[in-house]
Amino acid sequence: MSNMDSKLRLIQQSFNSRYSEWVREALDELSDNFTITDPSISGHPLVFASRSLLKMLSYSREEVIGQNGNIFQGPKTNRRTVMEIREAIREERGIQVNLVNYRKDGTPFWMLFHMSPVFGKEDGRVIHFVAVQVPITRRQRGNGGVRLSEEASGLNEIMFGSCRKEVDTNSVLELGRVLSSDSSSNVLDIEETCEASDFEKRRAANVFNSILTVLTHYSESTGRLVCGKRCSVPGVGYISSSLNISLGRIKQSFVLIDPHLPGLPIVYASDAFLKLTGYDRHEILGLNFAVLNGADTNTSSEYQIQEIIQNEQACTVRIVCYRKDKSSFWNSLHLSPVRNASGKIAYFVGVQMEEECKNMDRHGLSPEMRQLSTVGAVKVAVRSLSMAAGSSKS
Amino acid sequence: MMLRIKRVPTVVSNYQKDETEETARRSGGCGKNCLRSCCITGAKLPLYAFKKLNKIDAENDVLAIEEKEPPVAFLDSLILGEWEDRMQRGLFRYDVTACETKVIPGEYGFIAQLNEGRHLKKRPTEFRVDKVLQPFDGNKFNFTKVGQEEVLFQFEASENGEVQFYPSAHIDVENAPSVVAINVSPIEYGHVLLIPRILECLPQRIDRESFLLALYMAVEVRNPYFRLGYNSLGAFATINHLHFQAYYLAVPFPIEKAPTKKIATSNDEVIISELLNYPVRGLVFEGGDTLQDLSNTVSDACICLQENNIPYNVLISDCGKRIFLLPQCYAEKQALGEVSQELLDTQVNPAVWEISGHMVLKRRKDYDEASDENAWRLLAEVSLSDERFCEVKELIFEAIANGEDSIENTADTMLKDPIEEKNTIPKRSHRTMVAGTQECVVQQ
Repeated sequence: MSNMDSKLRLIQQSFNSRYSEWVREALDELSDNFTITDPSISGHPLVFASRSLLKMLSYSREEVIGQNGNIFQGPKTNRRTVMEIREAIREERGIQVNLVNYRKDGTPFWMLFHMSPVFGKEDGRVIHFVAVQVPITRRQRGNGGVRLSEEASGLNEIMFGSCRKEVDTNSVLELGRVLSSDSSSNVLDIEETCEASDFEKRRAANVFNSILTVLTHYSESTGRLVCGKRCSVPGVGYISSSLNISLGRIKQSFVLIDPHLPGLPIVYASDAFLKLTGYDRHEILGLNFAVLNGADTNTSSEYQIQEIIQNEQACTVRIVCYRKDKSSFWNSLHLSPVRNASGKIAYFVGVQMEEECKNMDRHGLSPEMRQLSTVGAVKVAVRSLSMAAGSSKS
Repeated sequence: MMLRIKRVPTVVSNYQKDETEETARRSGGCGKNCLRSCCITGAKLPLYAFKKLNKIDAENDVLAIEEKEPPVAFLDSLILGEWEDRMQRGLFRYDVTACETKVIPGEYGFIAQLNEGRHLKKRPTEFRVDKVLQPFDGNKFNFTKVGQEEVLFQFEASENGEVQFYPSAHIDVENAPSVVAINVSPIEYGHVLLIPRILECLPQRIDRESFLLALYMAVEVRNPYFRLGYNSLGAFATINHLHFQAYYLAVPFPIEKAPTKKIATSNDEVIISELLNYPVRGLVFEGGDTLQDLSNTVSDACICLQENNIPYNVLISDCGKRIFLLPQCYAEKQALGEVSQELLDTQVNPAVWEISGHMVLKRRKDYDEASDENAWRLLAEVSLSDERFCEVKELIFEAIANGEDSIENTADTMLKDPIEEKNTIPKRSHRTMVAGTQECVVQQ
C-alpha cells in the first residue's frame, strides 16, 4: 500500500471510527464554507471539506482531502497570522483571525478564519479541528463607491474579488503599482488589511455551532461522543495533539515509551512504525514494546532494554522483532532518553532500523544518521512543547 | 577614547583558548586536526549542496498540488542527526536539554532558560565595543582552529540546480568552502554556527554573498522553528570571524509575535515594516520578487549600519520569510557606565537571541523571578531611542534606494482621505522616504 493510500485510509477512519455513517451527508447539507482536520494524522490533513468551500475555492474534493490547510495560503497571506494559527493548533484552542486565502487559480481574497477544536468527551483529547471560513466583503472607508449591505456578506457569489482593491484614480501611487505589477500575474491587487464585521464574526460562530451540533449528534450512535469544550482531563500518558502533530512530521519508525509508568508502555507510535510492524495504532498504545518480541528473541535483550532505561543512557541493541503477521526481522534498535522542559527525562525514544533494509535512499543519509536525526527531532519536539505555561504535561 | 567592556566570552569551540594563551602560541602546526593548512589536506566532510530557488515560497505553489507527500526536509535531518551524533560523542560542554526552560506567562511569551554551565568562571576579557568593523586578527581564536570533529558538513550552492549530498567529500580549498559547525556551549538543541567561506578568514561583517548563504540555509531547512541569527561586533559578537548562529526551538519568539506596521515597499517588492509594541525598535523585511532581492535589501541595510558604526543584530525567521534588523546600543551604554548594576548583575548580554525574547539566565534567582516586566526592562535598555532610530531608518532607506532604482512609500495611503494623499505622496524621484509615523519627518 502506498503512503498516500494508507494515509487516505487513516483519513476515512478519522470520520468512520467516530461518527456514524450519514455524517458526511449531513455536513454537506450545511451551505457554509468549512474544513475539518485531524491533528492525530501525520501532516495534520484535511479530512473533510464542505461543498461550498470547494466551490468557492474551485478545487475538487480529491485535490484537497489529505492535504494540509496551508495549501490555501500564498504570498500575500500574513506570516504572523499563519504563526498565530499554528500556535492555536499547538495549544489546542480556538482562534478567529482575518486571513488571505487563495483560490485554485491563484486569486487571493480575505476571509474570516474561525477555527475551534472538537474534543472527545470521555478522554478529553482533540479529535478534530473545525475551521469555518467566512468571506469578508469589502467595506469602503468613506471614499465613495459601493457600500455593500451586511446581509450581502453571506452571498458567496459576491465573494470573488470582493476585496479587490479597485484602481482609485485619486491615488497616483496605487495606479503606479497596478501598472508596474507583472502583467502575467493574475493576482488581483488586494488590500493590506481587512477586518471582519461583527456580523461576519457572529456568523462564523453560528456556523461552527451548527457543525458541532451535527458532529455531536452523529457521534452519539458510535458511543464516542464529541463536544466543543474539553470536559475531562486527558489521562496519564496522553500525548497532546501538539506533540502528536510535531511527531507526525518525523518520517521514521519510532515509538515513545513512558518510563515512569508500570509496564513501560508505548505512548506514541509513528505511522512508519505501524507500517513496519503491521499493527494498528490502537493495538499498540499502552503496551510494552516487548510485544514485538516473540519466542526467538533473546530474553536478555529485553533485560538489556530495561537496563538501558534504568541507566538513562543512549544505546543501540540488535534484537529480533516480530510483526503482527508473525514474520520476523532483525532490528537495530536505538534507544535514547528524552527530556522535557523541566530538564528531567520524560520519555525514551526507540528508533527501529530494519537491518535487511539498509537502503541508502534520500540522497544518502546513512541509516544510522537517520536514526540519530529522529532522536534529535523528538528531543526538540518534546522539550519545546512542554515549555509553554499550562501546556499538557506529557 | 576607546570604549571597552569586560566580559567572559562564550566558548563556542573546545579549541577556543584564553586570549593570552592565544597570542603566546603563534605559529601553526598543531596536530589537532583543525582546518588550517597544517591539517586540512585530505580532510573530508559531508557536503550538502542546496538548490538555488527564485521565489521563497516556490514549494507552496497553489496551482500545483501533487499527489505525493511533501519532500522530506533533508537538511533538517542532516543537522539534527549530526548534532545528536556529536552529543553522544560528548563534544558539548553540557547537555542543554537538561537545562530547565520555560515560557514566562504573560502577553509576550518571553522564554527563559536556567543555564549555569554556559558561562565559565574565568577572568573576563576586554572587548572593544566602539568599532563595528575591525580587521581580522589571525592571532586570536577563529574557526579555522576548531577540530574537524566539531564541523558537521560543508554547505554550498549546487552546480546543477538539484539538491546534492555527498556523505564524504574532500574540502576543496580552492572553492571557498562554507561550513556548519557545532557550538559547544549551546543555547538550545541543534545550536550550530554557519561560517561562510571559512578559509578566507573574513572578519565579522555582512556582505551580500554571505547573507544570501544564510538565507538559503533558513529556506532549505524548511522548519519555522530553526532560526538564524547574526551579531555584529559591538552587539555582542565574541569572535571576529564571519559567522551566523542557528538552533531549534519549537515555540514562537516574542519578537515574531509583535505587531508591525508597514512603512515602505522597495522596487523589487521587498516590504519593510517597523516593530510595534516591542521594547527594542527594529525593522522587519519580507517579500521580494526573488530571494536575492530580499537578501540584498537586508544586506545593504546591514552594510549601511556597519559603515556608520552602528552595532546591530539580525534574526532570520519563518524559513527565511521574515527578517528582523535591530540596531542597538547596549554595549556602548555599558562602557559608559549607563547601565544599572542590577541589570549588569544578570550578566545577560543582549545579543540577537535575547533581543528576540530568548533569555539564558545564569542565576536561579533570576530564572525564578523572570517576568515580562524584567525582560522588557532589560531589552528597553538595548533599544535605540526614538530619534536615533529615526535617523538610522533614514540612513537605511537611503542605502537601500541607492542599491536599486527607487523606493515607493506606501505609508497609510489606503486608509487616508484622498485629499490628504495628494499632499503626502512622495514622487519617485525622491530618494528619501517618509516614515508612516507622525513624529518623524525626514529632511529633504
